[in-house]
Amino acid sequence: MTYTQQNSPIHEALVKHKKNRVVHFDVPGHKGGRGNPELTQFLGAECLKVDVNSMKPLDNLIHPTSVIKAAEELAAEAFGAEAAFFMVNGTTAAVQAMIMSSCKAGEKIIMPRNVHRSAINALVVCGAIPVYVNPGVNRNLGIPLGMSIEEIKKAITANPDAKAIFVNNPTYYGICSNLEEIVSLAHDNNMRVLVDEAHGAHFYFGENLPISAMAAGADMAAASMHKTGGSLTQSSFLLCGKGVDPGYVRQIINLTQTTSGSYLLMASLDISRKHMYQHGKEIIEKTIDLSDYARNEINKLGGYYAFSTEIINGDTIYNFDRTKLSIYTGDIGLAGIEVYDLLQSEYDIQIEFGDIGNILAIISAGDRAFEIERLLSSLSEIKRRYGKDKVGMLNHEYIDPDVVLTPQTAFYSDKKSILLKDSLNHIAGEFVMCYPPGIPILAPGERITKDIIDYIIYAKEKGSVLTGPKDMKVEYINIVD
Amino acid sequence: MELWFTEHHTEHVKFSMKVKEQLVNKQSDFQHIAVLDTEEFGRVLTLDGYLMVTEKDEFIYHDMIVHVPMATNLNIKKVLVIGAGDGGTIRELTRYPGIEHIDMVEIDPMVVETCKEYIPQTACSLEDKRVHIYYEDGLKFVRRMRDEYDLIIVDSTDPFGPGEGLFTKEFYGNCYNALNDKGILVNQHESTYYDEYVEAMKRAHQRIKETFAIAKVYQAHIPTYPSGHWLFGFASKHYDPEKDLDVEQWNALGIKTKYYNTKLHLGAFALPNYVKEQLSEYE
Repeated sequence: MTYTQQNSPIHEALVKHKKNRVVHFDVPGHKGGRGNPELTQFLGAECLKVDVNSMKPLDNLIHPTSVIKAAEELAAEAFGAEAAFFMVNGTTAAVQAMIMSSCKAGEKIIMPRNVHRSAINALVVCGAIPVYVNPGVNRNLGIPLGMSIEEIKKAITANPDAKAIFVNNPTYYGICSNLEEIVSLAHDNNMRVLVDEAHGAHFYFGENLPISAMAAGADMAAASMHKTGGSLTQSSFLLCGKGVDPGYVRQIINLTQTTSGSYLLMASLDISRKHMYQHGKEIIEKTIDLSDYARNEINKLGGYYAFSTEIINGDTIYNFDRTKLSIYTGDIGLAGIEVYDLLQSEYDIQIEFGDIGNILAIISAGDRAFEIERLLSSLSEIKRRYGKDKVGMLNHEYIDPDVVLTPQTAFYSDKKSILLKDSLNHIAGEFVMCYPPGIPILAPGERITKDIIDYIIYAKEKGSVLTGPKDMKVEYINIVD
Repeated sequence: MELWFTEHHTEHVKFSMKVKEQLVNKQSDFQHIAVLDTEEFGRVLTLDGYLMVTEKDEFIYHDMIVHVPMATNLNIKKVLVIGAGDGGTIRELTRYPGIEHIDMVEIDPMVVETCKEYIPQTACSLEDKRVHIYYEDGLKFVRRMRDEYDLIIVDSTDPFGPGEGLFTKEFYGNCYNALNDKGILVNQHESTYYDEYVEAMKRAHQRIKETFAIAKVYQAHIPTYPSGHWLFGFASKHYDPEKDLDVEQWNALGIKTKYYNTKLHLGAFALPNYVKEQLSEYE
């Protein structure tokens, strides 16, 4: 059978399977929901009926030969990639598969320090060595930026044996690097470009957006379809460009991915790809309109700064994703995390995250004008009721890490637990980060400095949720003994 | 053949009226709009299938939402009305010669057009020179105002659907800003007889109480609304609707009303015990 972008092969196979009324003597044991009435009532009978296991008519994610293969080919076509993989263990798994199929133990990878924890976790697993590039910080906004071409050139010259350059594009805040130039530099030096496109799956479907990884010629990209593409949480695409052997990538994915791939997640990817291919342009246009409207109104409130393309500087802010609504809150004297908490507790508004200086609201096709009005009114109220002078606000600075041990060596070393405040100059044996956004303040193998301790204590005081350490309260930290 | 309009007051309770003829059946950008001509209640406006106004009992709602704040402060000159597409609230307000300016913010122009054509009984004063109609989101309109009004009346639909934003804390906060230092906010406050409305009302009341120095609830008997027992919220920075009621002056105005009178005004604040308990739960 020939499929086109109007098809959704996995979804169609599931519909057919449901009609066939097959008798199941296989897993899952709930057998179409009958074995678990409460769950069925909660999630819906139709949902449970298609929560099935791999079988001949539905293909197998580990070794696709029929409908999953067809769906992956359609996805590759839709994203302009040579190959695409359905990922059911999050974009985390896609990021790890990119790194592990490009670097082996002891090999180097150039990356900005503001990567998501999933990237450094991959280094813990595979033993590759990070070469960090300072992403640069916008001092006014306190946000890490994209990668500077000069810094990348320096890193390449100093580490000509590196295997790959890893780029966050866009960042959580919507900031893009000069991807085409990075690809050209990397390929001239026989390095791959791996793009964490966790916040950029929509780049493939809309107009007036920054260039996507595949269009820029990157070798691999992890596109988080569940974030901005409409699929279910935990589903994602791994995309490969030319010169990447998809067979090897599949082997790497299969090292850690489940052998019981969820058909709910796969069908959601399949349907979302079709939906975005068909309607992406209007969806993105509407999203940008809502987001631009909100930005404009927020900037009129005063005290907040919802930034957009005016911050572009040709290098570390090469482009900006206008669907993102990132708002600097420092001028009303409140940390982003404080505004985040107030929106949640006082106004029943849940936004994506708040950090020290900013909050981020995700705008999508699912939003309606009146919800945007609620956000605007609440921000206006928060300023009126809680706004104060801008004093005692910690200026967020990039903390250049001193990497003493590789993440893997540090993670698996003998460790001991000491009070965070007494940990100066020791080597961290674990991560510390605010989640979200999940960018490590400290990664295993890095020296603990005074700036880092101060920052962690400040973030805790402001109410950030700190994760990483074994000690859930983050009073103690594991150091390399 | 019999034609009946039915509204679910709860999952297990229905309220029905016999329909002579359906006059309007259309979909706006915001909601479904229908006008029915009924045997008992005259013409009836429904939005998304929920009954909003009937010719027979609209006077109760409109008397109570307008005359209670007006009799509390007879110097009200500038009023903002949010919602109220049927025009009934505006009709009562325009009876006060002292009112100089009325802004009305309704999200859906089709509601206003429909009522002008089919329910002139309520829409009759929308052309008054003092009335200025803005078709936009109420939350958005009020957010931009500072120290502007003596009275804001929130004549909205239920807290589910297009009126949702008008039951939020940010909205009450923005109203507080838009009112001057003696300003009054009156809103329709749902009913608490049936369980499914209790939470919405309690939350709305709690949010108003957190925002305004004075926040009271009063009631009226409205036969076509769920349970027939309906509540209104009165909030103010300065005026107390019981202590500041000006009986003599209001009666001297000679405004003839079918439901409201100054004795009933005071009585309306005497709430049943179960309602008092519900309201005090968050205090």
